[in-house]
Amino acid sequence: MNLFILVWNYLKARPLNTVLNIVLLSLGIAVITILLLFNNQLQQKISENARGIDLVVGAKGSPLQLILCNIFHIDFPTGNIKLSEAEKVARNRLVKKAIPMALGDSYNGYRIIGTTQAYPAIYGAEIAQGEWWQKNMEVTIGANVADVLQLKLGDGFTSQHGLTQDGHAHDEQKFVVKGILKRSNSVLDNLILTNVESIWLVHEVHHETDGQHEEEKHEAHGEADHDHAHDADFKPSSLIPSVAAGDSIKEITSLLVQYRSPMGAIQMPRWVNGQSSLQAASPAFETARLFSILGVGVDILKGFAYVLIFISALSIFIALYNSLKERKYDLAIMRSMGAARSTLVVTILMEGSVLTLMGSAIGLLFGHGVLQVMSVFVEETQKAGISGIVFYPEEWIILVGSLLLGLLCAIIPAVQAYRTDISKVLAGNG
Amino acid sequence: MNPANPAPAIEVRNLLYSYTTDKVLRFPDLHVNKGGQCLLLGESGSGKTTLLHLIGGLLKPGQGMIRIGDTDITKLSEHKLDHFRGQHIGFVFQKNHLITALTVKKNLLMAPFLAGVSHDEARVQTVLQELGLAEKANADVRQLSHGQAQRVAIARAVLNKPDVILADEPTSALDDKNCDRVIELLLSVAKQNQSTLLIATHDQRLKSKIAQQIIL
Ligand SMILES: Nc1ncnc2c1ncn2[C@@H]1O[C@H](COP(=O)(O)OP(=O)(O)OP(=O)(O)O)[C@@H](O)[C@H]1O
Ligand SMILES: [Mg+2]
Repeated sequence: MNLFILVWNYLKARPLNTVLNIVLLSLGIAVITILLLFNNQLQQKISENARGIDLVVGAKGSPLQLILCNIFHIDFPTGNIKLSEAEKVARNRLVKKAIPMALGDSYNGYRIIGTTQAYPAIYGAEIAQGEWWQKNMEVTIGANVADVLQLKLGDGFTSQHGLTQDGHAHDEQKFVVKGILKRSNSVLDNLILTNVESIWLVHEVHHETDGQHEEEKHEAHGEADHDHAHDADFKPSSLIPSVAAGDSIKEITSLLVQYRSPMGAIQMPRWVNGQSSLQAASPAFETARLFSILGVGVDILKGFAYVLIFISALSIFIALYNSLKERKYDLAIMRSMGAARSTLVVTILMEGSVLTLMGSAIGLLFGHGVLQVMSVFVEETQKAGISGIVFYPEEWIILVGSLLLGLLCAIIPAVQAYRTDISKVLAGNG
Repeated sequence: MNPANPAPAIEVRNLLYSYTTDKVLRFPDLHVNKGGQCLLLGESGSGKTTLLHLIGGLLKPGQGMIRIGDTDITKLSEHKLDHFRGQHIGFVFQKNHLITALTVKKNLLMAPFLAGVSHDEARVQTVLQELGLAEKANADVRQLSHGQAQRVAIARAVLNKPDVILADEPTSALDDKNCDRVIELLLSVAKQNQSTLLIATHDQRLKSKIAQQIIL
């Protein structure tokens, strides 16, 4: 026999009440846990993915869209920019590194990105199998792409025009898998990387055979002209060496910029936005804005969870308070058998805290479980790399907090237990 | 100590208690031998329950001395008194006050646990056997008859082999047959465990069972 067995039996003796209290509390805790896990992982992913990119330069439009599209690869491009204008930005003395990005095609929902190898280098990507793309129409694919689409080295595929699965197929040109990346837990896991020329190539063919799709000029396309590579006075573009510098026709989607010095953050955005057709968006600023937008929803859910927790605390308090009326005989008899006042107090406090600890433990498990199930069955969660089997130190705060909540709920009933006049109760006139 | 005048198990002298400032309850001196039995008789309101609670340390007297064995319990701190009560005194009440959330056996086990003594499985079995409760060990106390519940309460009171058993109206609500059975049971378990028995009652039927009687 010990106090825990006693407390446990008291809880078992009121099963409905106990279950109700635990369910209420665990629901509240589960919501808090899901928000905690989701928010933390999302913030972590976002800051990891935006790391190393100080500015995104693209066509005019929503700056948030520019960031979402070019860094997180979830929104659609704002339009194209001229390669010659991008070169001008890249030449600015405040720019340390400028990486061209050409979007517009996908394969089974996974985006094909025309870029240079400087792009995966930002994320410290490493090759798991095969090698980096070299020639046109060669691709190096992310770990998720390889897993989900079952692509192996040497496999060929044709891309779809646009970024969704139902796009028009570019049957004429086949991409070939040259390499598969190691998992980096970044956006690269879900991308198909190739050179910018390949993107131009598939769109050039598309342009010639499918002229009526003129309205789709959102996507990067232009007329490739490789002949001038052999011209005598050929000066290669600093961004894409196979093209002449100052090419007036070729277009890309955006330019990812790294600053040379912190001065860049002050001067570059204003300078870029001053150019008539360009827009600069800062990932740090836009993601902060995104979080403040998301924050409203998160706050509403959090408020809801706190209401649940408050109701369960109130319900636990009422249950303990009421049970004390029936239990005053038990308490008196316990004293007559040698229990000290403090033992009664501990019993009541334990009852409150066992309830809340169980509620929060179940809530934590439930929260992790729900997120894990989501990460397995919901594609977006999976792509975002959000998992339920991640633990944060804040969860200790939840556990300790609910322990304190249990003690708080039990404190008034415990004081009542302490004050029980045993003689009066046992004489039958208490 | 000479055999003609054995050591007292319970000794009360010059005891006063007042619930309210305007009324003082005075108790006659009392002396019960080790292993002896004593009946506390008196009208309703004469102070039987009060005296029993004073002897059991549930109330603090205004004045006077209460000795249980060698200990003057009026001198103990509250915490020491709780401990002393658990180890040396067993209570039986008119209403049996079992803990309904616990089984019969767990109700019994509360006694050694709260008294802070280690529990002995064989002892629990013996006591259950003695009181005819062997099959009821794991029963829900809410499913017991009144008589069975009374026996569980007695079992709980004697489990720690207390020096003193204090019983308050253990038979008042019972018919003649059950009254007889309960008093015989109390006397026999008290004897088996060498406990001193003090019964407070206004039940005249018990007068013939116990020789030493004190009238309040
Ligand atoms: N809590 C209390 N507050 C004030 N007075 C009390 C209290 N408990 C008992 N009394 C009074 O003290 C006196 C003794 O009461 P007690 O309960 O000891 O009597 P009793 O002999 O056990 O009576 P009964 O045979 O009815 O059980 C009575 O006059 C009673 O009214
Ligand atoms: Mg009484």
